[in-house]
Amino acid sequence: MVLQRFVRGLLFLGVSLLILFPNVSVKAAGGIAVPEQDWSFSGVFGTFDRGELQRGFHVYKEVCAGCHSLNYVAFRNLGDLGFNGEEIKVIAKEYEVEDGPNNDGEMFTRTAIPSDTWPAPYPNDNAARAGNNGALPPDLSLMVDARVGGADYLYALLSGYHEAPKGQEVADGMYYNAYYPGNQIAMPSPLSDDGVEYGDGTKATINQQARDVSAFLAWATEPNMEQRKRMGVKVLIFLIVMTGLFYVSKRRIWADVH
Amino acid sequence: MSEPKFNNSLVRWIDHRLPVFTFMHHEMHEYPTPKNLNYWWNFGSLAGIVLVIMIMSGIVLAMHYTAHVDHAFQSVERIMRDVNYGWLVRYIHANGASFFFIVVYIHIFRGLYYGSYKAPRELLWMLGVVILILMMATAFMGYVLPWGQMSFWGATVITNLFSAIPLVGESIVTLLWGGFSVDNPTLNRFYALHYLLPFVIVGVVVLHIVALHRFGSNNPLGIDVRGNQDTISFHPYYTVKDAFGLGVFLILLSAVVFFLPNSMGHPDNYIPANPMVTPAHIVPEWYFLPFYAILRAIPDKLFGVLAMFAAIGVLFILPWLDRSPVRSATFRPIYKVMFWVFLLDCVALTWLGAKPAEGIYVILSRLFTAYYFFHFLILLPALSIFETPRSLPKSIGRPVLDGGGGAMAAAPAATRERS
Amino acid sequence: MADTNEGTTRRDFIHVASATAGALGVACVAWPFIDQMNPAADTLALSSTEFDVSGVEEGMAVTIVWRGKPVFIRHRTKKEIQEASEVKLDDLPDPQVDSDRTTRPEMLVLLGVCTHLGCVPLGQSATDPKGEWGGWFCPCHGSHYDTSGRIRKGPAPTNLAVPPYKYISDSVIKIG
Repeated sequence: MVLQRFVRGLLFLGVSLLILFPNVSVKAAGGIAVPEQDWSFSGVFGTFDRGELQRGFHVYKEVCAGCHSLNYVAFRNLGDLGFNGEEIKVIAKEYEVEDGPNNDGEMFTRTAIPSDTWPAPYPNDNAARAGNNGALPPDLSLMVDARVGGADYLYALLSGYHEAPKGQEVADGMYYNAYYPGNQIAMPSPLSDDGVEYGDGTKATINQQARDVSAFLAWATEPNMEQRKRMGVKVLIFLIVMTGLFYVSKRRIWADVH
Repeated sequence: MSEPKFNNSLVRWIDHRLPVFTFMHHEMHEYPTPKNLNYWWNFGSLAGIVLVIMIMSGIVLAMHYTAHVDHAFQSVERIMRDVNYGWLVRYIHANGASFFFIVVYIHIFRGLYYGSYKAPRELLWMLGVVILILMMATAFMGYVLPWGQMSFWGATVITNLFSAIPLVGESIVTLLWGGFSVDNPTLNRFYALHYLLPFVIVGVVVLHIVALHRFGSNNPLGIDVRGNQDTISFHPYYTVKDAFGLGVFLILLSAVVFFLPNSMGHPDNYIPANPMVTPAHIVPEWYFLPFYAILRAIPDKLFGVLAMFAAIGVLFILPWLDRSPVRSATFRPIYKVMFWVFLLDCVALTWLGAKPAEGIYVILSRLFTAYYFFHFLILLPALSIFETPRSLPKSIGRPVLDGGGGAMAAAPAATRERS
Repeated sequence: MADTNEGTTRRDFIHVASATAGALGVACVAWPFIDQMNPAADTLALSSTEFDVSGVEEGMAVTIVWRGKPVFIRHRTKKEIQEASEVKLDDLPDPQVDSDRTTRPEMLVLLGVCTHLGCVPLGQSATDPKGEWGGWFCPCHGSHYDTSGRIRKGPAPTNLAVPPYKYISDSVIKIG
């Protein structure tokens, strides 16, 4: 009976929690509903799919990195994607970063090492604007947390380039997108079928690439997500047992109060 | 009160010179507590524990945080990515703030329902309102520290409230900013104050507890304790009950920290602050929404700001607005209904605070704002005169008269069936 | 609490279990709050430094930074090497052969932190006091180090440490 009441209490609290956080359904900033995707990393036990992350990384590297920085991700973090130390060094070697000053007081460039963060494509925001018709390509390292709808929104956006419907004016240098707030976006459709070639033989459709790179950015946004969820399951089990014990203790101590 | 006897000679030695153990014994074992407190009384001590959790996690974050406009956002991301368990501590702190307000709001509404603000507990109540105001200031300044878009624009909008003050408003805002816009000096002073204010809160909490222990807790019946048969010692009865309540609280907090850590935040705060671009919809954190709705309900800048501050200020004079001698809503048939109407009014204001200030929302905001003040300024004084309370039970020890109690609580039934 | 009831044993067991669970919970929470003070992942990743020693001429010394601490690099003269290798081990408080402390005998690489209480010893620049053995002298508490960085006199318990390093090319060393 004790247990029953405890379980009932938990259920009550769970329901009130759901009422407190009704924003679970996904809506983008412009009020456009974004279809929900089935991600391997959603849910209480969700984990990243390493293959998907590596493909997504490939898409970022080949397509997005031309304009978008990834400031908070370091080469060493790629270990999370399943690359080993040597592979990470090889990837880092493809990039040059500025370092210095040297003994002569000059800044110099050197090849990147694993502890470096991802080099940005532009030296500053103004250069980025100048290179992109006045629009600033945002940093992507926090994209999934920084947009309503998260990975679902990114997927919808990247796969949401269509012909503008009749009657919709699209300004010069802008592109129609079904999911972007206001439907006009300065970024041309970045993905194309077979625009990249996957090492694992997966067919690189637009949707596949959009999905992979969205998953990659979900990882980049929160590399500790798997640790968080794993710990959360253990903590919750422990707390439920502990609280159950407290409840039994409480019942016994209170048994003699008339 | 007899001197407690301690078995341990070291404890005796210390206690003779520094009577901390006597003090603890007095406050925990001898402190008589009404035996009929229901689970709504858990939230006071729970709020105290949450304050401790917030201070501890906050000190950890301060060890890694950099209060500079060029580094603040990055230092927070470093906490999230590189500092050992930094993500855990930050999520505890960020979500802990929301849970702190949930706990404190429940604590306040419990006080409203059971008339805990009435004589002789007026100062206890007013100290509580001071704590609420300090909490709001602390939470607001803490939200600015990550230096995201919402941080920056929240700081800009809230500090601009003071510009509504006639004549000196602009000068005050400049003083608050330490410049001509929210900038590095603002961030630095907010950080200093965000670190300081929690300890001020601790000080006021101590006064709050001193005032509480003067007359002891109110209880669901709202009648005074008549003697020993009505009370039990705080320890172990309420320590174990509070421990159980804490366990339930931690389950909920952990569920959010580990599985929905960003559900109470705003995505825009993961975009670094940009003084040139205001986000399309800026909303304060949910716990400020009712007051935000009141601010926006009034079309005049000065009066909007005044109304918002008055909404909190009116709580200070509540003990003198509600003159009914009966404390608990259990025995006040009309007040009991109006309490729930008022609670709904607050929920509605919270909801409206998150809606854009246009169309029907503005009209509804005005309606619910008017009702908020109507409740305090007209309804409560009127009820004091016109309401006929039900007859009160003789004492806590006696069985409750028919039909009493339980409207607010599912839990007290458990206590009562044994009382 | 009524301890005299018949259910005493079981009742006590429940309370002991509750208290244990509570204490265990507090202990588990304590760890993240302590471990956060350890070096963060980005700090650990920055633990190696490369330096081209070809510019350090004989008799010269330079100081570079590794993990926020000074590293002494001294291009020793023939005489200094000779002095360092001829010392009898019995004369040393912390006996160590000179050849064990270098990869190339002429290029001495040392952590420039006195093993007493962490001051930076003098002796890098030409005008510095170098102590009675011509190596380094720590002004804080008077420790003397010889031309191999070994402690000879004073309160320091051990020789100046040799950081982990290797030559990754003919003239470039990588420390860490």
